[in-house]
Amino acid sequence: MPLSPKERLAIQRQAVPAQDPVARAANFDEVNLGYSTALAQLEAERCLQCKNAKCITGCPVSVNIPRFIDFVAKGDLPGAANSLMADNCLPAVTGRVCPQESQCESQCVRAVKGTSVAIGALERFVADWAREHDADTAAKAPPSGKRVAVVGSGPGGLTAAGELARLGHDVTVFEAFHTAGGVLVYGIPEFRLPKAIVGKEVERLQALGVKLQLNAIVGRTFSVDELRRTHDAIFIAVGAGLPQFMNVPGENLKGVYSANEYLTRVNLMGAWNADSRTPVLKGGRVVVVGGGNVAMDAVRTAKRLGATEAIIAYRRGKEELPARLEEVHHAEEEGIRFELLVAPTRVEGNAEGWVTGLSCQRMRLGQPDASGRRKPEVIPGSDFTIACDLVVSAIGTRANPLLTQTCPELTLNKWGNVVVDQDLMSSIPGVFAGGDIVRGAATVILAMGDGKTAAKRIDAWLRRP
Amino acid sequence: MHRIITNEELAPGVHRLVIDAPLIAKARKPGQFVIVRLDQGHERIPLTIADGDAAAGTITLVIQAMGHGTKAIVATPAGGAIRDVAGPLGAPTHLLEQGHAVCVGGGVGTAVVHPIAQALHRAGVRVTSIIGGRDRPRVIYHDELARLGTVQVCTDDGSWGRKGLVTEALAELCVADKPAIVYAVGPVPMMQAVANTTKPHGIATVVSLNPVMVDGTGMCGGCRVTVGGQVRFACVDGPEFDGHQVDFAELRSRLGTYRAFEAQPCADGACKARKAADQILQQQQQ
Repeated sequence: MPLSPKERLAIQRQAVPAQDPVARAANFDEVNLGYSTALAQLEAERCLQCKNAKCITGCPVSVNIPRFIDFVAKGDLPGAANSLMADNCLPAVTGRVCPQESQCESQCVRAVKGTSVAIGALERFVADWAREHDADTAAKAPPSGKRVAVVGSGPGGLTAAGELARLGHDVTVFEAFHTAGGVLVYGIPEFRLPKAIVGKEVERLQALGVKLQLNAIVGRTFSVDELRRTHDAIFIAVGAGLPQFMNVPGENLKGVYSANEYLTRVNLMGAWNADSRTPVLKGGRVVVVGGGNVAMDAVRTAKRLGATEAIIAYRRGKEELPARLEEVHHAEEEGIRFELLVAPTRVEGNAEGWVTGLSCQRMRLGQPDASGRRKPEVIPGSDFTIACDLVVSAIGTRANPLLTQTCPELTLNKWGNVVVDQDLMSSIPGVFAGGDIVRGAATVILAMGDGKTAAKRIDAWLRRP
Repeated sequence: MHRIITNEELAPGVHRLVIDAPLIAKARKPGQFVIVRLDQGHERIPLTIADGDAAAGTITLVIQAMGHGTKAIVATPAGGAIRDVAGPLGAPTHLLEQGHAVCVGGGVGTAVVHPIAQALHRAGVRVTSIIGGRDRPRVIYHDELARLGTVQVCTDDGSWGRKGLVTEALAELCVADKPAIVYAVGPVPMMQAVANTTKPHGIATVVSLNPVMVDGTGMCGGCRVTVGGQVRFACVDGPEFDGHQVDFAELRSRLGTYRAFEAQPCADGACKARKAADQILQQQQQ
């Protein structure tokens, strides 16, 4: 007997069970434990099954959210898995890392009066169930005889590869690192996205026929031209890998890391594991500069590696933190200190070249800038120094010029991002691009959205009369 | 997997490995490097390519066993394999087109200067090589370089060639047979001493830097060096830079970032070579 709308409205949002904050701040196990089947079903019952479901429009890959949630509510988990995976090829990833509160969940009618349906948590639940039950039944089109090269195995590249393989194309993914996954393996920490999950998703793509060539640096090992000679189309999804530094004195002292280096050492190179041979500086007081997801990942990593104090230094206020709400909340629970409205002016060091502190100025928010956010302004005479042993710069990344530099026919914008048309095709016919190399540093799900769109457009281009 | 075809000990603790890497053999140019990872759980180690054979699909790496990672690699016999070899990385050497070039190699750096000398020779440039080591067994690549031009050998103990440092031989050459350019590869103090030697003569000097590095593709920024007051990434902007512009003091400091993690002190020969070069540096600075 289906519930009445009134009964559905009476159900409160079900919290996702999580590890105890004190315990988890000392381990790298996943923070969120995920819904049990009973909790998931109860949460699914909260969905009002809107005819004109706004949540779908809030999703960059247009997952039919009410449909998969309806299957969960009815207890038909294979149905839910098929429904979800037809729309999203990496649901176990997006269920964990998407900023749902500003996407699907922000559009949920239940958010108007109360709290939205926990769409992200339900997505994760269904994806995990599917993985544990090997429930991928996605149909595959007959072979097209076309070869497609995907450059980069991050979320954009993997999504495009999966979609293109399902459309019958012969796909090879080229990855510069020794492990596939891009930012999902080098950037996002184990406690937020276990690497075994990414590995499983990659295996699933390989089972679909996607080939993987590791340690292959397009622009060095091969040129784009060479790939064009051996493939019918190319999708460039190399990301925005070039770290930005703060551009303050003392930045080259020992103990200053880019977030990329810090997280790569810990995640991809496994320094989180005590048995690893990869060295990483740890302990002491750590200041992470920045307020995005990468900054939260770095500061929480520092805490887990034994920092006596792990501090975020961000130039705007708490409201303006660009990180996912849940990450900020988790960081606070874990005892991360937030130094808000501060901007670094200098990294202090000792005679041996080691970091001893980060000097900052206090800021206040002025008029909104071009991005619509209130622009931070310096409060004169507010200089102070945070004593610390390690500084991690997590203030963003730019387009990596390695590939684009070696392919002069590719039109770039002034920031070095690849310029594409509405079909995501670059200035070179048959060469498409998406994700951060087009957008500048954005999110996993936007890159996946581009991967999905690009796959459709590449398919249409390959099948053009 | 990259099969190790041969593994020979060139000098105490210095091995020459020829490995299968057909794509890299085809793409590589002088001055470029690879990043190798022996197996899962091992470190990524940047190594400059010493030679290559595109037809055979092989590259040559010369490796000094210093830390865990390099020791494990040189201990792998022929027939064994290296799991990951990524490259070629870095910008190729900017080669002189005509005239006289001097290639200075110190210790294992001599193997790195070899492909540069090779390419210069092929282009018709007259090449003089000045190579050094602590003693005779530690001087490598003499015969290979002798095929490309004149070679002067310098050893600390005088057991081969001139007794003394490569910079002494270089200083004389800068007067007697002034080159258009000097390429120097070796320990950081040696490269710094070479740059100091050539500077008063206004001779362009290229050094090949090997800072701490993770990915080799511009992603981590760990390899940042200050050159002419600008921060550059050795992996994509280098590894070769104008020796007169490099902030060597910062480079040497940054190279010490993980010294506490290195369980073993550096190989005896390397430390002594560094100490000797440090002395020369001090003399120059006085």
